[in-house]
Amino acid sequence: MSARTKLSLILLFAPFALWLGVLIIIPHIDMFLVSIREKIGIGQYRIGPANYMAFFTEPLYWNTFMRTALMSIAATLLTFLIGFPVAFYIAKVARGRLKTTLFLMVLLPFWVSELVRTFGWMILLRETGVISHTLQWLGLVHRPVELLYNDGAIMVGLVYTSMLFMVVPLVTTLDSLDDELIEAGYDLGGNGWSVLREIVIPHAMPGIVSGSIVVFMLSLGNYLTPVLMGGKNSLWFTEQIYQQFIVRFNWEQGAAFGFLLLFLSSLIVWLGLKITGQTLRETMG
Amino acid sequence: MAADETLVGSVCGTKETTACDLECRGVTKRFGSFVAVGDVSFTVPRGSFFSILGPSGCGKTTLLRMIAGFLQPDAGDILIKGRSVLDEPPNRRPVNMVFQHLALFPMMDVAGNIAYGLRRRGVPSAEIVRKVEDALERVGLPGYGAKRISQLSGGQKQRVAIARAMVLEPDVLLLDEPLGALDLKLREHMKVELKKLQNRFGTTFVYITHDQGEALVMSDQVAVMNRGRFEQVGPPPALYYRPQTPFVAGFVGDTNRWRGKVLTADATGVKVSTDSGLTLLAVSAAGMSPSAGDEVDVFVRPEAIALSRDEAGLGTLDNRMGGEVVSLLFNGANSRVLVREKNSGGEVDVTLPQAGEMHELKPGAHVHFGWRADQALCFPASGGDEA
Ligand SMILES: Nc1ncnc2c1ncn2[C@@H]1O[C@H](COP(=O)(O)OP(=O)(O)OP(=O)(O)O)[C@@H](O)[C@H]1O
Ligand SMILES: [Mg+2]
Repeated sequence: MSARTKLSLILLFAPFALWLGVLIIIPHIDMFLVSIREKIGIGQYRIGPANYMAFFTEPLYWNTFMRTALMSIAATLLTFLIGFPVAFYIAKVARGRLKTTLFLMVLLPFWVSELVRTFGWMILLRETGVISHTLQWLGLVHRPVELLYNDGAIMVGLVYTSMLFMVVPLVTTLDSLDDELIEAGYDLGGNGWSVLREIVIPHAMPGIVSGSIVVFMLSLGNYLTPVLMGGKNSLWFTEQIYQQFIVRFNWEQGAAFGFLLLFLSSLIVWLGLKITGQTLRETMG
Repeated sequence: MAADETLVGSVCGTKETTACDLECRGVTKRFGSFVAVGDVSFTVPRGSFFSILGPSGCGKTTLLRMIAGFLQPDAGDILIKGRSVLDEPPNRRPVNMVFQHLALFPMMDVAGNIAYGLRRRGVPSAEIVRKVEDALERVGLPGYGAKRISQLSGGQKQRVAIARAMVLEPDVLLLDEPLGALDLKLREHMKVELKKLQNRFGTTFVYITHDQGEALVMSDQVAVMNRGRFEQVGPPPALYYRPQTPFVAGFVGDTNRWRGKVLTADATGVKVSTDSGLTLLAVSAAGMSPSAGDEVDVFVRPEAIALSRDEAGLGTLDNRMGGEVVSLLFNGANSRVLVREKNSGGEVDVTLPQAGEMHELKPGAHVHFGWRADQALCFPASGGDEA
């Protein structure tokens, strides 16, 4: 490699390396150092695992994490179940103008900030909101109904927020599925279900895996939606982290929770890949 | 049923309906106002190799997709073994298709591909294993079951695609230009292979192609299709030697063509004065009876033209002329000479004789050439149906 190409390669990767170093690696090293500090007096610290132990000894923390993880898995499944038919329709059924329009419609909600989107849902779901009023007007209920501040509302918010990240990879992989393969599946005696199971899903697997990982991670790390739509008792793990950092000013505990979230979510993704027999390499390739 | 059987006509005979695997009656398909397939009728006898030959865009795939069940005809009926299948979806029709791009399932290995249809039918798994092995054996790929599709060569993929369809023992196998994606050498090889496979399985093949070489070599019957219609159906020699339409004359095999006006016409032949100034003796194509003054096209095959160094060598051929060699197109046994006729200036394609004096022919040489009147077919001039 000549000096010139070496230089241009360095210049090419410099912004990326800078971004990785300054915004990801350095803060994380610092965070890690903070997380293994134990406070023994005012301004006095020693190194120890106490902050991590607290997670396992205090049931509230552990339960909150489990609840967050399970709800995120459910949100991922739900997003997939809703997103797959949508993606299939966009990729395989819609043609020309309709296809572009539908794709844009999936994209459109994401031009609005997450905060505004969430408030949109709150306007619909709250006690004095649109749905409550409509139900009363129709005579289906006789007093205002509160649809916010429950797990269902959190789920609606999470699925809505994640939809794009499921639909886009699915559309991309389904687009690359040759129509001839589907026809061959029918021609050889398959019905809709077996063609879906044996041909369409295996082909879309990389999209399903990458979409699911992104949606799961986004749900797990989401703060705004669970707090706004689940209310005070949403019991979301990110809320615990926020509490430690901002409310209790316990940076050591917050940093430890941050690392636990990173580690445990990676573990769940790894387990998910193992159970479904997928590998990250196949997904990327 | 009995009433149905008497309806089944022409080739199949009235008693033996089962001797005929596929029949199309007036099948028509329109896309908007465009007629992709227009009033096509044909019958395919059991166990025969039937080809549909036509230029790109003439409606071959559309016709095949109607037979397979992916498209519904606007008019007409499709019968398999004497029974109308119009109401049956593709997965119930007793036909299978080998797709233009083969459509092998990359998510399964070779054995999985072949077993797919058997699994869908609920065949017991021990029998599936046996049948898959048997099918692989028959297409000459024993032991390939565990290979991935991406590990196969073009010709091997081809054979797996055929095995996958054949293992289901369909009444009719539909093949949509399956050799189109292969290189020339492999295509030549697969032509022979395909014909052998068809013989071995004894299945009825409906094969579509735009390559006349493929159609002529492999088929028992060939239908020549143009603009959504069948121009002529017959065995390859009949299409080659006795074309019934100018399109068939021009499309099947190479040919020289002159346009001209009829000077005289009688039972023995037609005398034509071409637009380029030649006077040719020809015979009228079957069923046509041109009269003086009609505009006609005269077709002469390159191999029907005799070539000689001197005029005497042509003997008493009905059409004799001289010219200068423009170029030699060497292609082994199929070598050609392009000769410029000296009076009209038109170029004529002549097959180069392999033996004798023509061996040393060079561009610029003067030669004489000619052909018998009955080797020149004349048709009423057609509009834009250039082949
Ligand atoms: N879904 C469709 N909508 C409109 N027109 C169509 C459709 N499918 C085919 N056509 C038209 O019908 C005609 C015949 O198409 P077809 O695919 O049958 O041609 P083909 O003979 O198979 O050609 P090739 O040899 O190139 O495959 C073409 O002119 C094509 O443009
Ligand atoms: Mg085609």
